[in-house]
Amino acid sequence: MVQTLVEKIISQRTGLQVRAGEFVLAPVDVVLAHEGTGVLAIEQFEDLGKPGLSARTLLFCDHAAPSPRKELSNVQQRLREFAGHWGADFYGPGCGVCHQIVAEQWAKPGSIVVGADSHTCTAGALSAFATGMGSTDVGAAMALGQIWLMVPETVRVELRGEFRSPVSAKDVILQIIGLLKADGAIYKALEFGGPGLAQMTVEERLTLCNMAVEAGAKAGICAADETTRLFLSEQGREVDFSPLSPDRDATYEDVIHVDLGGLSPQVALPSTVDNVRSVEQAAGLSLDQIFIGTCTNGRLSDLRAAAEILKGHQVHTSVRLLVGPASRRVYLDALNEGLLETLVKAGAILLPPGCGPCVGVHMGVLSDGERCLSTQNRNFLGRMGNPQGEIVLASPATAAASALRGELTDPRRYLNERGRSHG
Amino acid sequence: MDSVLRGRVWRFGDGISTDHIIPGRYYHLRGDLPALAQHTLEDAEPSFSQEVSRGDCIVAGKNFGQGSSREHAALVLRERGVTAVLAVSFARIFFRNAVNVGLAPIICDTDGFRAGDEIEADLEAGVVKNLTQGFDRTFSPLPAVMQEIFADGGLVPHLLKHGGYKWESTR
Repeated sequence: MVQTLVEKIISQRTGLQVRAGEFVLAPVDVVLAHEGTGVLAIEQFEDLGKPGLSARTLLFCDHAAPSPRKELSNVQQRLREFAGHWGADFYGPGCGVCHQIVAEQWAKPGSIVVGADSHTCTAGALSAFATGMGSTDVGAAMALGQIWLMVPETVRVELRGEFRSPVSAKDVILQIIGLLKADGAIYKALEFGGPGLAQMTVEERLTLCNMAVEAGAKAGICAADETTRLFLSEQGREVDFSPLSPDRDATYEDVIHVDLGGLSPQVALPSTVDNVRSVEQAAGLSLDQIFIGTCTNGRLSDLRAAAEILKGHQVHTSVRLLVGPASRRVYLDALNEGLLETLVKAGAILLPPGCGPCVGVHMGVLSDGERCLSTQNRNFLGRMGNPQGEIVLASPATAAASALRGELTDPRRYLNERGRSHG
Repeated sequence: MDSVLRGRVWRFGDGISTDHIIPGRYYHLRGDLPALAQHTLEDAEPSFSQEVSRGDCIVAGKNFGQGSSREHAALVLRERGVTAVLAVSFARIFFRNAVNVGLAPIICDTDGFRAGDEIEADLEAGVVKNLTQGFDRTFSPLPAVMQEIFADGGLVPHLLKHGGYKWESTR
């Protein structure tokens, strides 16, 4: 039987030969929740009355960490106590965003990951079948070690050509969501592949898979190749690698082709993720805050892209620039490379590892009428804490260029200008 | 769960996100459902939470419940007395969450429904009657596994009742 990546993983883990459209009970390898969803998940787990956890369970404090108020401090304490009592792995404030830590430490090719967070699909970059669910499904997975799934149809996203800096994986996925629209892949998996994908780093693949859910997808996924093996090796877990790829004649619900060579930097204008334009169409839009970080774009390569543009310059006086590394590991690597010094000297406010202001809980809530350009994955009304504010989504390079001018700016213009002046 | 639901329509458009349903700025209230539910759909219809009545239904367009996995979005609707959401399509996580907490998600053509219409949804027959305007719409029943969960009142009651999933893999 020829199979897509997702069909193959679910078949391997269930011992059945499954096809899209079938319903299965599947074992779960890793379960995660955070302070926004975790208390409800652990309450459901406790209500089920099982003697222990039946799957590796990770609990994170990342969405509001360090806590801005006592209610959330108490939630974080509850997760810490639960983890201590039941033997879950607890990641407290400062460890980083759950999805980044899952990528660094847990996800591996062929594994099944479920999380009480919609961006759990990020781990598909490492060829895991990873999907977001609600707290009750996740609490049940903790108790039973299994979940029910409909094996999803797969849309193959065939990437050709090569993008050139400062165009990035964020621009690729924004363009794809602009094509598919926010409901274009509901209940489906997006399988990224082709020669364009083969050239991408794991960090870039994480950005692609992270935003699969913004087209409604159940999962985003990439084959496990040599790039995957090297990434896992760098994380000290080469033992977790196994090659995995879809069969040549696998059945896809649809195939879409994207040529990376001709791609411009992309932005999503307020207030839907599929409201995508090329940067030229929106350049000059005034901005008040810029945020570089999150599970979408808070990795080392993202901070490098921003620092390359910001180095030796000053953030425009009319904007605040916030930078949040996605994990402690990213923070330390950026520190060691001197990137954090470059960013702070340019005028950035450095945030602790975590979700930062993306969810509107703390550290960067917009005032009435303000507009933020963010490297995050969502720009829904009210997302950053104020429905009177607006959010534009873009890449780290576009964010950095825009920070220097105080308005939405094409990063190619800045790099080209600098390239000429240097040389 | 009752298989025939009757109530009054609240009308919404396409793309109602879980941020619309329960905004992230009330994150700290997630441990206090009655307090959280005071803010239900605040950013889409500010009067909703005060004026909604027990048994009311939501009727919306495409991709209802898109975005965050927060199950509180389904929970606050149920807490405010909403029994069913009719939409052209649902975001997948919201769809699962709704069934898991005993809120009926119905996928059907929602053109023609108006705010305030009285409707009656028969979940077993797969028919919604618009009693005010006098038209019917049919819909497909939930997949078998979700029917079992919904019939038992949600996922936790289902798992407690059967000692696990009653339903087994189709293969």
